[in-house]
Amino acid sequence: MTWSQMQPLLEQACWDTLYMVGWSTLIAVVGGLPLGILLVLTDRGGLLQNVVANKVIGQVVNVARSMPFIILMVALMGFTRSITGTTIGREAAIVPLAIGAIPFFARLVETAVREVDGGLVEAVQSMGGNTWTVVRKVLVPESLPSLISSTTTTVVALIGYSAMAGTVGAGGLGDIAIRYGYQRFETQLMWITVAILAVVISVIQFAGDYAARSLHRRAGHSGPGPRLRLLRAKEPATAEVGKVA
Amino acid sequence: MHPPGHTHALHSTVTETHVITTSGLTKIYRADRSRGREVTALDGVDLHVREGEVYGVIGQSGAGKSSLIRCVNLLERPTAGTVTVAGQDLTALAGRGPRAGRELRRARSRIGMVFQHFNLLSTRTVRDNVELPLEILGKSGRDRSRKALELLDLVGLADKAGAYPAQLSGGQKQRVGIARALAGDPKVLLSDEATSALDPETTRSILQLLRDLNRQLGLTVLLITHEMDVVKSICDSAALMEKGRLVESGTVSELLATPDSKLAAALFPVGGEASGSDRTVVDVTFQGEAATQPVISQLSRTYNIDISILGAAIDTVGGLQVGRMRIELPGHYEDNVVPIGFLREQGLQIDVVGEPGQEPVLVKEGAK
Repeated sequence: MTWSQMQPLLEQACWDTLYMVGWSTLIAVVGGLPLGILLVLTDRGGLLQNVVANKVIGQVVNVARSMPFIILMVALMGFTRSITGTTIGREAAIVPLAIGAIPFFARLVETAVREVDGGLVEAVQSMGGNTWTVVRKVLVPESLPSLISSTTTTVVALIGYSAMAGTVGAGGLGDIAIRYGYQRFETQLMWITVAILAVVISVIQFAGDYAARSLHRRAGHSGPGPRLRLLRAKEPATAEVGKVA
Repeated sequence: MHPPGHTHALHSTVTETHVITTSGLTKIYRADRSRGREVTALDGVDLHVREGEVYGVIGQSGAGKSSLIRCVNLLERPTAGTVTVAGQDLTALAGRGPRAGRELRRARSRIGMVFQHFNLLSTRTVRDNVELPLEILGKSGRDRSRKALELLDLVGLADKAGAYPAQLSGGQKQRVGIARALAGDPKVLLSDEATSALDPETTRSILQLLRDLNRQLGLTVLLITHEMDVVKSICDSAALMEKGRLVESGTVSELLATPDSKLAAALFPVGGEASGSDRTVVDVTFQGEAATQPVISQLSRTYNIDISILGAAIDTVGGLQVGRMRIELPGHYEDNVVPIGFLREQGLQIDVVGEPGQEPVLVKEGAK
């Protein structure tokens, strides 16, 4: 395969990956953020303490997280069709990607929000703030550096998940690597794909770290801040990607 | 001696109106519902804080101070009893559920609170921290920033408005905490160990600030602390808390005039051991007028006895000049009934040291 043959293929694959990962990250953040916050609020001693709701949400999140992505994709086909009208292509891949990432992100949000000092919550309550005020003025802004790190982790995990989207004809870098690189012995193309993935992931990681760190610094903290926490949080992510890939 | 309050530019604003009243306040924590283990943090506390005074509740950790101050603005729901602040029964506003309704939240916004660990939002500047309660009150942007700068000026931090909390010292953080607590123009300020995380010098400056605000704004301050020095330097009234109960309470001068008061002994300790077993040791406490009478030399002349002074101190406690002297009279207590009676007749407060059951117990836990 010559470079002129590979180039359009790779270009299309890059866009497909970014398209799928972009949309599913957006949906995961929109869905996972409230879910993660609810997990904290409904917990024992939380502002909206509700042990039953907490157990139910926690259980749903656990089940969804432990599901291998490829199984989730197959299991959700009916749901995907009802939303996008099809079970193949990029749009169809976004649905299971997002649904798989929501509980993943929710757990990371939960961890980040739990680290917010309870004294701040008490302070806002003493000013007459309600639960919504606490969420808006304390929980989200105070955990923002960690939330950004969590988003980075989710994006990286989603790039891993998206390799399997090729099975429903959605394309993307992972799909190219498997179909051309593995099945057609185009080793060169496979390595190029791997290199592109490595660069993309590094750039995302760097940008995420930079954003989290500068926010953390702006709050006057010194040192690496949430970076260490990010590294710790990444472990289950890589494990999961390894498992499903 | 200076008259009380002479050292302050502004005079006390204390009136007889009670601005905080708790009656029968009880808080029971159920640690483990199924096994029914219970911890009684507050056991029928009746607290009366007069308008415009600085009221200190002192006690060791675990005595229930923290629960008490949190029950006053209902951050903790009392199990029983009522809390009235500025004529409003907060316990009636609380409703049944654990969440605070609109009425209670509005009442809370009129009660300022400062915390041991300051509880400032690290992602907001000093000014934005002070604006937070005003945002909650729904004030416009211009009103908020005007008020915030005004308050920062009041606490002496006008030049730090744009800084983040992490760039401030502990004392400065607490000043921001105080400015923030004053944003809603409260009549009442609750102080939860506000100086316990600060060094002695900073503690003094923060206490001075609280005192000044109390005098300038007529602000009623209810503070809890485990440091006797806090009570000594700024409180008009004090209460001693032990095992969820207030075991002593009153104005500082009342307490000092109460024989065997643990608080008085701890507020104003005088040292000195008896030089022999056949001696009587007496603590003489005098406030105001009584201090000007030459009572000791009169005593010596009238009864022809030799008096040794073991220890003596004059101090300002809660703005009152108080003197305390520990003297030793020859002979056992039985031999000295008449001279001691003479001292009592002079209007002095007399505590005989070493009588059974009169050992003064220091409540001071010590600043760790």
